[in-house]
Amino acid sequence: MEQKLIEKLEKQALQIRMDVLEMITEAKSGHPGGSLSAVDIMTVLYFHKMRYNPKKPKWEDRDRFVLSKGHACPALYACLARSGYFPLAKLKTLRKIGSCLQGHPESNKCSGIEASTGPLGQGLSFANGVGLAGKLDKKDYKVYVMLGDGEVQEGNIWEAAMLAAHYKLNNVIVFLDHNRLQIDGELKDVMNIEPIKDKFSAFGWHTIEINGHDFKEILNALDEADKVKDKPIMIIANTIKSKGVDYMENKAEWHGKAPTQDQLKEALAELV
Amino acid sequence: MAELKATRDGYGEGLVEAGKNESVVALDADLAESTRSIKFKEKYPLRFFDVGIAEQNLVATAAGLAASGKIPFASSFAVFITGRAYDQIRLNAGISHLNMKIVGSHAGLLTGEDGASHQSLEDISLMRGIPGMVVIQPCDFVEAKKATIEIAKYKGPVYLRLSRGKVPVINDENYKFEIGKGIMLKQGKDIAIIATGALVNEALIASDMLKEKGIGARVINIHTIKPIDKEIIIKAAKETGCVITAEDHSIYGGLGSAVAEILAENCPTKMHRIGVNDKFGESGEPSELYKKYGLTAEDIVKAAEKLLKK
Repeated sequence: MEQKLIEKLEKQALQIRMDVLEMITEAKSGHPGGSLSAVDIMTVLYFHKMRYNPKKPKWEDRDRFVLSKGHACPALYACLARSGYFPLAKLKTLRKIGSCLQGHPESNKCSGIEASTGPLGQGLSFANGVGLAGKLDKKDYKVYVMLGDGEVQEGNIWEAAMLAAHYKLNNVIVFLDHNRLQIDGELKDVMNIEPIKDKFSAFGWHTIEINGHDFKEILNALDEADKVKDKPIMIIANTIKSKGVDYMENKAEWHGKAPTQDQLKEALAELV
Repeated sequence: MAELKATRDGYGEGLVEAGKNESVVALDADLAESTRSIKFKEKYPLRFFDVGIAEQNLVATAAGLAASGKIPFASSFAVFITGRAYDQIRLNAGISHLNMKIVGSHAGLLTGEDGASHQSLEDISLMRGIPGMVVIQPCDFVEAKKATIEIAKYKGPVYLRLSRGKVPVINDENYKFEIGKGIMLKQGKDIAIIATGALVNEALIASDMLKEKGIGARVINIHTIKPIDKEIIIKAAKETGCVITAEDHSIYGGLGSAVAEILAENCPTKMHRIGVNDKFGESGEPSELYKKYGLTAEDIVKAAEKLLKK
């Protein structure tokens, strides 16, 4: 049963990766590295875990997803399109004038986007606000958040980390896309964040560490998160920047650069 | 002599009233006593969230609540909420246009003894520049209370600018607050004094002083700096040919700038801006600061006489 689910998710993730690469190539700019590292987790959320209805995007009981690392939005847009929020054809309009698919996500422009993000460090606070509202309204929805690992260098993250624990927001479930690279190089050289798991534990979070490309581990972590009663949940997901495309993997230069048409062909051939 | 009360006290009372709507929630960053959001906390403890001394978190958490159907009032000192959390306000209240209320107390020199670091003189300028933002500064306790109740009903982002110092209450409880509508408090054909916040009272005193000198000074209260009441301003300029603006804020980017922009485009008029002239404040009693930085009724009178001679 689970094996079948994992096979389905693997296939779906491959499709999302192809979408991401095609979109960024077409746009001639964008952020492939951090989109591809987050794809597997987002695939599990959108195609298995989360409760939502694309026909009623504002349904009050829906689970929410906040892409705090907003530059990874090609992955979000692909997930939303493939979930039925808007036609697939729109993906080709990424970053083009008049498009609802902005260079960084805007909640007012496109169905399914919960929060405007891009300026780093804000998404966790936003998710906490949604979590507080859920508690006030006695709703059982959950708020899933994708943080970048470089993003936790922002002070706002730690303000939010305190708040989530203080208000015991067990409806806030966060993935840290730990791909270890940021624009200026490796995190350990630019600004070390380790020991990141210990830091969140010390801030009062329930912490889990997984391989962010292993579907079984992602699924298990989500099950574990559901059982936590009085703490927010931080899932440290060890990932590979640009995961899935050999010539891009683990290279900081692919943080914010579009592939050429030839490079796209090479990447797609690898993914098929 | 009118009763003296602070606009922040009007906010506290108004917020409790607005709280009858269960969607209204309040957040503060460890200044609930000072901003008076504590009044809401006492009445509705479950709908009040202290976020600690963390203004960025204050605003972005409020955004999440707004996106979930709540009507959050996030309060702190004006200088911290608009300065430290500017990007959070710009993204969520601005770009996402969420229904959230940003409340900055302790604005202007009226803050007094705390000194320059705590006296916000640039916040109107910052908030006015954000597309879609409504910017309101009440002139007294009653206007603050009524404005708070009204902005809770208004769907969209609002910046409410409040002060610590007590000023005379010039409106009575029957006063009706309407967003975007300037109010002519005194007729006058020779000069128009367009004021906001605590300077409205100074403008009224100045008008009386000018009357004794045979000068008819119209007084207009602009409580909504954005969207501003263009009509009342253009009418005043056309009928008097002479305009003074008055505010407890920098002369750059605040009411004075907003009025100058309108007049320059519609009916160029002789004008003078009363406000803090490219300086920071300092510690001192508000009345001493108003004298030193030229924000008193006497300063308005002097400026009016000078402008009329031009």
